[in-house]
Amino acid sequence: MIAATREEMMTIAAARMLPDRSVCFVGIGLPSAACNLARLTHAPDIVLIYESGTIGTRPEVLPLSIGDGELAETASFVVPLPEVFSYYLQAGRVDVGFLGAAQIDRYGNLNSTVIGPYDSPRTRLPGAGGAPEIAAHARQTFVMLKASPRSFVESLDFRTSAGFLSGGGARGRSTARGRGPRAVISDFGILTPHPETEELQLTALFEGITATQAQAAVGWPLKLAQHIATVPVPDEIELQALRALNERTEQAHRQPVRIPV
Amino acid sequence: MSPRQTLTLAEAIELHVVDGASVALEGFTHLIPFAAGHEIIRQGRRDLHLIRMTPDLVYDQMIGMGCARKLTFSWGGNPGVGSLHRLRDAVENSWPCPIELDEHSHAGMAAAYCAGASRLPFGVLRGYIDTDLPKHNPAIRSVDCPFTGERLAAVPAINPDVTILHAQRADRSGNVSLQGIVGAQREAALAATTLLVTVEEIVEQLPPAMNGIVLPHWVVQAVVHCPGGAYPSYAQGFYARDNAFYKRWDAIAREREGFNAWMQRHVLEPRNHRDFLLGLKETA
Repeated sequence: MIAATREEMMTIAAARMLPDRSVCFVGIGLPSAACNLARLTHAPDIVLIYESGTIGTRPEVLPLSIGDGELAETASFVVPLPEVFSYYLQAGRVDVGFLGAAQIDRYGNLNSTVIGPYDSPRTRLPGAGGAPEIAAHARQTFVMLKASPRSFVESLDFRTSAGFLSGGGARGRSTARGRGPRAVISDFGILTPHPETEELQLTALFEGITATQAQAAVGWPLKLAQHIATVPVPDEIELQALRALNERTEQAHRQPVRIPV
Repeated sequence: MSPRQTLTLAEAIELHVVDGASVALEGFTHLIPFAAGHEIIRQGRRDLHLIRMTPDLVYDQMIGMGCARKLTFSWGGNPGVGSLHRLRDAVENSWPCPIELDEHSHAGMAAAYCAGASRLPFGVLRGYIDTDLPKHNPAIRSVDCPFTGERLAAVPAINPDVTILHAQRADRSGNVSLQGIVGAQREAALAATTLLVTVEEIVEQLPPAMNGIVLPHWVVQAVVHCPGGAYPSYAQGFYARDNAFYKRWDAIAREREGFNAWMQRHVLEPRNHRDFLLGLKETA
């Protein structure tokens, strides 16, 4: 079997962090792949919630959008959107939230709104969506983001969702109920918050990548944990399940749709 | 009073959507009222205050064609694909005209619709905590709970002049039923002064709905029979989301010239939604 790509390693590493029976609020892209991979491997009873209101969904192929029909057809039930945000997320009934972003800082605060000033942005990004409240209310969050000095930055252009703010317990003094980012899964390895300062530090590397390479990929002086683990390489079951899922997905998305006329 | 069902889509838009109006074409990925959006473009409406949680392609098109002066939204991308290039061009370069943003989170906008549907002045949520959104949007404020003292976020109710939805079916009396992913459509519908609905089919009588979503005839002002009216979004039970089209849109909308040419050929020239669909079928 061909060795895993960085993206596959990220997805598999994230999937492993999801306990069976946990309730996950899923975003589109890598998080959706990771959550469904967990469901297809070690966590068959994981509950996946997409913000479109589909709860307990078990899609055969990954959705392109957050509201593909596949999600509704394979869901345990479908609720209106205000209900998913109020009665489930805000009410504290979500264990894990998954977030992506354009920028992250050393305390896990995220930007998905603008690059440059808000009123005259260099790049207008899609914006917040569910992120501010997922970041606040999910019991814990995971962030998936490929590294570059443009994405892992010294300071954000805009704070779309709160991580640990300025660290050192600042988040604990806010009204956010969730505990914040538990891990950042990037393409060099995994960052986790320091127990006291809450600054993200390097705690695990993918095989073949050095701490120096990780530090070079990050736009702030990245601190290293005392012990840096190596993420176990994906096993055959994980890789096969992920590749089959991606293959099914590509095939499904290639299928021409009948124009309804 | 029963809603009017004898209007064409063009007549309904002409009657209910005026320049300067606040208009919500809702539908969260599913049941997006594309046919109605295209008709608004054909009729050259201007200065609209567009409201939608996820602007999607339909607002990318309306904004690029110069219909909008203001946008209330919470996530403005092409889902799973990337940017909405026309929205970006309007925000970054004021092309074809400047656009004012009233930007929220999904939870905030959902709360604002719920308040609007209930005719309350504002929605309340434990939201926007330690984000920069309130700094840039004066409409996001806070309120202290009178019972516990907790500081909560407050957003003004959204009450569109007109909400436009697409639904699976209506009956002869004008009751409208929708199912599948229903987003915040019920709230957007009940928050509006005027509700216009396009439907896949009109039946003699809807089956008993139990807990299904029905918008009763006395909250609906007009029902228009418009098969395929959500395409390239979808109508569960009728046709699937055209994900390939959503991917193609990225290239179509990237440059102004290509966008204008596409809109001219596929939206402005066809007389109605059926011709739009037939035109796409030919080029497919």
